[in-house]
Amino acid sequence: MSAVTHHVPDAMLAAYAAGRLPKAFAAVIAAHISLCEDCRAALGAHHAVGGAILEETSKVDVSAALKSDVLELLDSPFTPEPVYERKGVYPGPVMELLKGREPKWKTLGMGVRQDILFGDAEGSVRLLFIPPGQAVPDHSHNGLELTLVLQGSFSDETGVFGVGDLEVADEHLEHTPIAGDGAPCICLAATDAPLRFRAFVPRLMQPLFRI
Amino acid sequence: MLSVNTTLLNAERRPAKPQISERKSVSQGSHEISQQTQWMLAVRDSRDRDAFVKLFDFFAPRLKGFIMRTGTSSHQAEEIVQDVMLTVWRKAAQFDPHRAQVSAWVYQIARNRQIDLARKENRPLPEELKEDPGQEQDASQILGVEQETAKLRLALKTLNPDQREIIEQAYLGELTHHEISAKTGIPLGTIKSRIRLGLARLRHELKDLTQ
Repeated sequence: MSAVTHHVPDAMLAAYAAGRLPKAFAAVIAAHISLCEDCRAALGAHHAVGGAILEETSKVDVSAALKSDVLELLDSPFTPEPVYERKGVYPGPVMELLKGREPKWKTLGMGVRQDILFGDAEGSVRLLFIPPGQAVPDHSHNGLELTLVLQGSFSDETGVFGVGDLEVADEHLEHTPIAGDGAPCICLAATDAPLRFRAFVPRLMQPLFRI
Repeated sequence: MLSVNTTLLNAERRPAKPQISERKSVSQGSHEISQQTQWMLAVRDSRDRDAFVKLFDFFAPRLKGFIMRTGTSSHQAEEIVQDVMLTVWRKAAQFDPHRAQVSAWVYQIARNRQIDLARKENRPLPEELKEDPGQEQDASQILGVEQETAKLRLALKTLNPDQREIIEQAYLGELTHHEISAKTGIPLGTIKSRIRLGLARLRHELKDLTQ
């Protein structure tokens, strides 16, 4: 756990603390924080700034009814939200996206598989399965891409990424990630734009694969 | 969750005094755990309603003011305040004063609630830390977090109004992470060093927990 070397950039963590990241990216950050003590601590510090601002915000009186309503509701039964526990290599936030099920892998070719977990107008998040030594096609992005390693490792032009490491790539990075030897590489990846693959999956087929 | 050291709390609890200010900070040479933390621990460990009322009286008007700053109506703000305060009561077991001040914890709950309501979606949150049940409450660590937060608050006060405005916008969720990284290059020096210090402290604590 302490071996995580690639972390969340500070501005992104501040935006995450403030709830400003789209859900697909927020899910990857939540999964990274589940694996990374440094970023959990840094998030705590951002919450402290938010808390300080909250404390110093000008007060606006609340209605008397609000207080009595809240006090009355303290004893009323409520259904706690389900808590998704970590399962195998998948931290709680990933299990939540999976709604507790096993990944349903769909083949992309060359042994690469994916399971798209969530997508909306602002981005999508998927699990990727890459066999040892396999290159993910050379691609660049229209926008931001976050990749969190859950099992195995990959390396590209910017470095080596092991379990818990987060790669932040933008439209300027054109990279060819290659899965490390050993266990297959399983990643959680979020994008806010279709990946532009240079080979391997022809551009025309991208809508088909939703990549 | 941590067992309460009631001896410590009783010894540290300040006798009722005429209230000069609602907020008794532990900053200036004081070696007492803040009132808010004591109230929150009483809620967490003894389900103390009187303590909850005090937390409500402190936080509800600030929360309402804070939420209304993002353009939310008074009526809707009160609904969110109600949800947040009920969550404070129901999820009190998750409050850990070794890692967060009450205001930081409440900020996090409020932002999550606001986002989930605004976007009508539940976002996966990081896994909760699993703590060693044998862990004793450590007053010096709690005070350390409070003192660090007090210094953070002082650092916020040294910002000029424009800088302060940017920080507030960021933590109110009004800036994207690109805007945060572009805009906060200017004033964040002191804040960042405080965040780093807080981070180091929290990280040490987390390491202790996971050993």
